[in-house]
Amino acid sequence: MTANPSGWRPSAPANESGEASTVTGNRALMLEEPLIFEIGSIEQTGVDFADLPRHASKLGGLERSRPIGLPGLSEPEAVRHYTRLSRQNYAIDLGLFPLGSCTMKHNPRLNEKVARLPGFADVHPLQPLETVQGALQVINELAIWLLDLTGMYGVAMSPKAGAHGELCGLLCIRAALEARGDKRAVVLVPESAHGTNPATAAFAGYRVENIPANAAGRVDLDALRARLGPDVAAVMITNPNTCGLFEPEMKAISDAVHAAGAFVYCDGANFNAIVGKVRPGDLGIDAMHINLHKTFSTPHGGGGPGSGPVVLSEALAPYGPLPFAAKYPDGTYKIVEEESAADEHPNAFGRMVAFHGQTGMFTRALAYILSHGADGLKQVAEDSVLNANYILRSLEDVLDAPFGGSGPCMHEAIFSDKGFAGGLSTIDLAKALIDEGFHPMTMYFPLVVHGAMLVEPTETESKASLDQFIAALRSIAERARAGDQTMKAAPVHAPRRRLDETLAARKPVLAYRDPEAAQAAE
Amino acid sequence: MRYLPLSDADRSEMLRVVGAASIDDLFRDVPEELRLKGPIEGLPPHASELAVERHMTALSRKNMVAGDVPFFLGCGAYRHHIPASVDHIIQRGEFLTSYTPYQPEIAQGTLQMMFEFQSQVARLFGCEVANASMYDGSTAMWEAISMAHRITRRKKSVISSGVHPHYVRVAETMAKFTEDALATTLPELAAEPDTERLIGKIDAGTSAVVVQYPDILGRITDLTPIAEAAHSAGALLIAVVTEPVALGLIKSPGEMGADIVVGEGQSIGVGLQFGGPYVGLFACREKHVRQMPGRLAGETVDATGKRGFVLTLSTREQHIRREKATSNICTSSVLCALAFTTHLTLLGEKGLRQLAALNHARACEVADRLVRIPDIRLVNDSFFNEFSLELPVEARPAVHAMVAKGVLGGVSLGRLYPGAKSLQNGLVVAVTETATDEDINAFETALKEVVR
Repeated sequence: MTANPSGWRPSAPANESGEASTVTGNRALMLEEPLIFEIGSIEQTGVDFADLPRHASKLGGLERSRPIGLPGLSEPEAVRHYTRLSRQNYAIDLGLFPLGSCTMKHNPRLNEKVARLPGFADVHPLQPLETVQGALQVINELAIWLLDLTGMYGVAMSPKAGAHGELCGLLCIRAALEARGDKRAVVLVPESAHGTNPATAAFAGYRVENIPANAAGRVDLDALRARLGPDVAAVMITNPNTCGLFEPEMKAISDAVHAAGAFVYCDGANFNAIVGKVRPGDLGIDAMHINLHKTFSTPHGGGGPGSGPVVLSEALAPYGPLPFAAKYPDGTYKIVEEESAADEHPNAFGRMVAFHGQTGMFTRALAYILSHGADGLKQVAEDSVLNANYILRSLEDVLDAPFGGSGPCMHEAIFSDKGFAGGLSTIDLAKALIDEGFHPMTMYFPLVVHGAMLVEPTETESKASLDQFIAALRSIAERARAGDQTMKAAPVHAPRRRLDETLAARKPVLAYRDPEAAQAAE
Repeated sequence: MRYLPLSDADRSEMLRVVGAASIDDLFRDVPEELRLKGPIEGLPPHASELAVERHMTALSRKNMVAGDVPFFLGCGAYRHHIPASVDHIIQRGEFLTSYTPYQPEIAQGTLQMMFEFQSQVARLFGCEVANASMYDGSTAMWEAISMAHRITRRKKSVISSGVHPHYVRVAETMAKFTEDALATTLPELAAEPDTERLIGKIDAGTSAVVVQYPDILGRITDLTPIAEAAHSAGALLIAVVTEPVALGLIKSPGEMGADIVVGEGQSIGVGLQFGGPYVGLFACREKHVRQMPGRLAGETVDATGKRGFVLTLSTREQHIRREKATSNICTSSVLCALAFTTHLTLLGEKGLRQLAALNHARACEVADRLVRIPDIRLVNDSFFNEFSLELPVEARPAVHAMVAKGVLGGVSLGRLYPGAKSLQNGLVVAVTETATDEDINAFETALKEVVR
């Protein structure tokens, strides 16, 4: 039997816009999905349990007396609900995701597989140490790689994400300063820094002062030297910086900071550009967090979990927090906790998390590192830089590249909205890119570039993929320069058109309310 | 190399387009003398998927797997059965490999799931609003203390002796640097926590009272009098929940007057994973939402009037407010939140109640049997799925001796409170639906032998 016995042939639709409305609101594979509160019921469940044995209640008289209001779905309904939701997301698995400073590279599935081995996934954090030697060895093997790749002295593995790592680094600095009786109040942060840098410094109890950039997009070394003094505890530098540029005078910056009795914190968000090419330890850095979810390919998961181990210089390592992983002369692995800290790690500044950090991310990162090896990681940096420069040079005739004249970029290329006409801005370009099937680049960051567009392709994009992206962005840039007003309506092909963020902030609806309750509240 | 698509021919062609003679030409800003000349020495080269999998599998086999042995550990991480569909959903590439939903038109999946998660957490905790997750329970607790200080403009917190000691250590670490005062004490092996003593520490300078529910020894206490005492002094009540499954059976902290409820969401949908990644839960009153840390999804409409969701109230957050932000948190734990929300949706209210009832029944049964062992005393009057025993011997060596018999038999208080002599004989035992009759028999036998 043939699939089309009548010999029917497709013809052009009557409605050229293709915007025919449907009864369901669905558009073929683009499926609308209600909230679980609208489709589930508190009587429904997707899990079966064994029969309840007889027992007395020992709940202290605090049994619940009112319903909680948690809707349930049967398994097929639940799988369909979340599968439908998933299809409203863009993802690396679908295409190029050029978010600058976020390093959206391919997430290898081997990582997921090894993290799910029962020997890693089904191990309790408080099991006696003799039952978790393999897990401790993972922590140690990863720690050794991170130290060798960065040329640093010690590593605190427990911070849960980049910003948490920043905090860990600054607390090490504060502990080291206090240990020498030196109370300093100020942390210097470049204007181009990521928002977490000043927020972290403030959280760690410091006053934040900005240091300016020079015309080449780098830290103004003279201005920095002039500001350094006995009140400065640390300088937080991002290198390569958030304009995608390496700080060529990094060693001189570090020397000046050290000469003033302060420490250098490096935001390691952009380590992907230099892994295997230059070691932060050789640049005079005292502390740097490493986002395992960026450079070392653990999944971003829609906004975490991350993982932010912090490598430390010899001056700071003694102050790293507990738990502190170490290998012993007899070859066994041990975690130094409060119990033995007085003997084995006496100057630890404290504890940052309940357990050992993101160990499930350590297995993934270690699998990635072992896959690449020393040669492969160097190739990662080189390809990521080559891909970014290829984009920079392929588009600088249609998009303003403010630092394009000062030489190559590192792993990300930065453009401004200079030359856009008709009141169009970066957001319009970004939304038009969505219609072309790409995730937009980082927009309006860093703040030092007007209408900044920060493009980080990563090394896991093929040349064909880059060429397709360049062609799309070129066409959109030309439309922006021509002031094409249709861009203001973009995206038109996404699951949603532009959303009203002002309404969301002015009248916050942050949790579902049953219609009766919502009506009563009006 | 399998993760790198560029061929040597691609690289040459791209270098030509870029106008660089060699790849090192692109690294010219890195001073020549600091540039590494080749792969870092002493480190192995790239390896096949097979080789890496073999190595990692060998490491994993050096661990004792909770599911392979009689297992009774809790104290902030709980082993529950996770439906297979949860892991399937979180491995959907559209969830796994997406970013923070800063472009809402192509991130409605994550945003709607965050909104649903927030709604579930708020209801479970008895609060009006919840955020879209923190790193874990311990960091969420410090953020709650920090938030209470912003609201009350006071810098002194009273922490109950029943709060997980690692959580307390995290708060103490932070408080040292922010110059906050924290009043803490060790727990006693008593049937009930000393609520009157806790209330007695509240004064006009108190910002927040922090209690854990059920507490580190598994005890369940009515929070109402503590909430009343805190409120009459102008302080807030922060409740910490490390085993949210309990809330399927017992009253929520919000119902009893807690202003901020935080917790560890690991026990719903997220595996043990040797301590992380987990998912911090954070809920509060709507009037305090602008002082809340972390990401929030909110409902709105798109240009055509269709309902949609966006990240909102970001004027609290570091990327807008920089040094004036409510917290430095950026990345949270959304994928673990997805696991939590998926599992909770599969359970629904009916399933959560059944799961909680099963846990409680199992724990009651095990407690009844263990107290029949001579010289072992059940500390608790009340508990959910976790209770404390006072052994006639030090619990720490007893735990190691049980390991030698192939049993993971609880957490010794000596591990959690090194140096606290009064607690060294304390053993905290957690019993979930995963314990079989054979597991319970083996545990009872092993414990009998090691305390003899």
